[in-house]
Amino acid sequence: MSKTTTGTPTDGAATAPDDLGAAGSQLSTAPLEPSANPPGMGVVGWARWFWRQLTSMRVALLLLLLLALGAIPGSLIPQSGTDATKVADFRDAHATLAAVYDRLGLFHVYSSVWFSAIYILLFVSLIGCIVPRTWQFVGQLRGRPPGAPKRLTRLPAYTTWRTDASPEQVREAALALLKKRRFRAHPVGDAVAAEKGYLREVGNLAFHIALIVMLTAFAWGQLFKSEGNKLVVEGDGFSNTLISYDDFKSGNLFGTDDLVPFSFVLDKFTGTYELTGPNKGTPRTYQAAVTYSEGAYGKEKKTTVKVNEPLEIGDSKVYLTAHGYAPVVTVKDGKGKVVFHNAVPLLPLDSNVTSSGVVKVMDGYKNPQGVSEQLGFQAFFLPTYGGGSVVSSQFPAMLNPVLNLAPYYGDLGVDSGIPQSVYQLDKTHMKDFKDAKGQQLRQNLKPGETMTLPNGAGSITYDGTKEWANFQVTQQPGSGWALAGATAAIFGLAGSLFIQRRRVWVRATRGADGVTVVEMGGLGRSESAKLPEELGDLAGTLYDQAPGAPDPGDTSESPDTPAVPAEGAEK
Amino acid sequence: MTLATATNEHLANISNTLIYSAMAVYTLAFFAYIAEWLFGSRSKVGRTAAALTSAPAAKSGPAVTVQTAGGTAVLERPKVVVRSATGARDVPDGPGAHGGDVQGDLYGRIAISLTVLAFLVELGGVIARAASVERAPWGNMYEFNITFSTVAVGVYLALLALKKNVRWLGLFLITTVLLDLGVAVTVLYTASDQLVPALHSYWLYIHVSTAILCGAVFYVGAVGTILYLFKDSYENKLAEGGTPGRFATSFLERLPASASLDKFSYRVNAAVFPLWTFTIIAGAIWAGDAWGRYWGWDPKETWAFITWVAYACYLHARATAGWKGRKAAYIALIAFGCWLFNYYGVNIFVSGKHSYAGV
Ligand code: HEM
Repeated sequence: MSKTTTGTPTDGAATAPDDLGAAGSQLSTAPLEPSANPPGMGVVGWARWFWRQLTSMRVALLLLLLLALGAIPGSLIPQSGTDATKVADFRDAHATLAAVYDRLGLFHVYSSVWFSAIYILLFVSLIGCIVPRTWQFVGQLRGRPPGAPKRLTRLPAYTTWRTDASPEQVREAALALLKKRRFRAHPVGDAVAAEKGYLREVGNLAFHIALIVMLTAFAWGQLFKSEGNKLVVEGDGFSNTLISYDDFKSGNLFGTDDLVPFSFVLDKFTGTYELTGPNKGTPRTYQAAVTYSEGAYGKEKKTTVKVNEPLEIGDSKVYLTAHGYAPVVTVKDGKGKVVFHNAVPLLPLDSNVTSSGVVKVMDGYKNPQGVSEQLGFQAFFLPTYGGGSVVSSQFPAMLNPVLNLAPYYGDLGVDSGIPQSVYQLDKTHMKDFKDAKGQQLRQNLKPGETMTLPNGAGSITYDGTKEWANFQVTQQPGSGWALAGATAAIFGLAGSLFIQRRRVWVRATRGADGVTVVEMGGLGRSESAKLPEELGDLAGTLYDQAPGAPDPGDTSESPDTPAVPAEGAEK
Repeated sequence: MTLATATNEHLANISNTLIYSAMAVYTLAFFAYIAEWLFGSRSKVGRTAAALTSAPAAKSGPAVTVQTAGGTAVLERPKVVVRSATGARDVPDGPGAHGGDVQGDLYGRIAISLTVLAFLVELGGVIARAASVERAPWGNMYEFNITFSTVAVGVYLALLALKKNVRWLGLFLITTVLLDLGVAVTVLYTASDQLVPALHSYWLYIHVSTAILCGAVFYVGAVGTILYLFKDSYENKLAEGGTPGRFATSFLERLPASASLDKFSYRVNAAVFPLWTFTIIAGAIWAGDAWGRYWGWDPKETWAFITWVAYACYLHARATAGWKGRKAAYIALIAFGCWLFNYYGVNIFVSGKHSYAGV
């Protein structure tokens, strides 16, 4: 019973080198802890000291802790990369705090200088750690398991017996047995030294290298990625060129030539929703039937794009990200000439797809006086109108569609050169039409119904409704590498955590009385129940080949009298 | 527009009844565990104290264990002597909650039988729930909670069936299972329903099932870690010649030695860490399919990453001299805290892409 005051159990490997000399060394390639005091040796000395510190496990641990800590603010503070509107709201609400956050880069934590500094240091440390460890490991593979320590009794697992077989026979049998069990074994002096479980180290190195591969692939993807959005109304098409997009983002090194050439037409969008129950209106399926062709003149193919099932064309993926309604309207001037006929996509405002937008008639319209003018219709669309003066939809699907329109005339302001949202009406140069009572004209239309503008100004007809779908087209090179890295990381980790690296020595010597004494000892990187089990199993097999000889006296076979069983050491 | 499949209300009601019944049986099991601990306090076990404060004569060397080689039958075969590493405190494991008391042991066995029964009933509840919605029961926090506690108890029973020394976990586990279910049926309850389109993916099955399993195992590891910290201070106090309080003595004497508890938590945490890594990667693949990007620092993703890094810290700490033992244990607890926050905190307080139907 050792009475110690240290609260920390140390494992076999940590104490083994002092105790067992070479036999216990190099059971792993973990770097030794460098001393904390810097040597006063000028710049080179300091640089070397700094490098040692950086590549030590202790600093790796601190950097890992920092990485975890550093990731926290980004999850609590709105991030401009994910939700720019939230950031704007936050700025409005907390002006002073926002200024501080800005200085610290807290609105874009994961691309901030300090966060990058943490992980770059960590990865420098990682590389600085892996390279020497790999060399050391290659050295260990080239070399051979170290010879037996002088006193095998000091090993965590030990057994001995006496046999009539000669020491040479025992060693030969042991060597054969250990090799058969796939140990790397070789005779050294009066003993056989064997080692197994190198895959643990391989796994560990593979894991850490895989981390680097993943990070590199991720960075590569960030530099060369592209992401664009396009809203497509049923029946319309899209071709993958920069100008076709509604909006487009790309990494710093992305070139327009990198866009994969393809095109598609949205044939039909289908959405289904829960009709009853507490979750009435919750979407159930979204799918878009498309006809696409690869390359400039590829063959046409039909497919369905769903929320979780993007269409993959080359390096590009086409995702279905949103949907809505596009009422088809016809606008005529006072003489009955059609000046506008189109589907107008409206933006959903709520989960029941109450939508809003603007019908803009830009050219071709002449007012009753024969002067060219522009028309704008503020539009609200309720796929399921609940009746009365309710202005929001009751259900996301079109059960009782109603298009609410408020017409304006004048100058839409689209020619001023200032980019304008197609979903908003700039009323600075627009006047509203009045109804008979002098109120602003506003009317609910059902499909097929027409609203007549006063004083022979023309009319607008709600013909029907198409659906639109928003597609996000992304290209993210390097994701294959990231996946390969991730897979390697998992297998490496499993190897590193589940495989035990251990050494076994079998010593056979002729005792003073001429009878052979066999001793076996096992040493693992950490204390484990498997080690004595395996040693026992090996000993049992070897014992069959070198059976016990009668004891000279009444001495027990075990060197120490069994004390209270240390159950703790068993599990 | 196609009509979405109606949920089967009848099955949903059966599920609710089963969950409530399971809670009732867990409550009975809880009392049986309490009885085990109470009866167990009658016995005077002082193994730890004996080991740490015994006469100096016993200071000769580390304890050794003799194991029979190659199975039990061959008695004449060589015996393996196991020696714990130098520097380790050689403290025997406690006998368990019943403390060797016959009546306590009986109650303990009753408690385990009741736990098995409750587990089966709860499992039935989870299956009925799944059948009622014709999908895996992981669509909202209520379903997540009931599945989580079922899996946690399942892990415990599996360890028991494998003859691992984990009976001491019983009371702590069942207490939290009751809490978990209580929160589920009162705060988190959501009528059974189907999934929003983003959740329609076979990655859901892979990602969420492994996430639940990891959570359950991390939880078991965390209980081990907390008990390790208590037992370790108790042993430290004894080793320094102090006298711990009577309650602490009675309670902690019956637990395994601090070294065993530490090793238990390490094993448990290390064993699921690769699975947790896989869970995060599976989640990233799913996000890649559903949202068009693999990693977007969504709060849920961020906290999964933080949890992962925290557990990696723990594993590193164990491999670094000077950080083993208590320091590593604190890191393990922080890591589990991150997991918990990711589950409750992020779902409730932080909005992100992962907030779905029902909280
Ligand atoms: C990117 C961050 C890192 C992560 C996520 C990470 C993760 C891990 C994990 C999970 C293990 C556990 C395997 C085991 O216990 O055997 C491990 C082991 C190890 N890591 Fe790292 N690591 C990182 C960086 C580093 C760095 C920078 C170093 C070098 C200073 C390093 C050196 C080691 C060593 C030597 C081991 C093996 C310890 C042993 O043999 O028991 N790691 N690492």
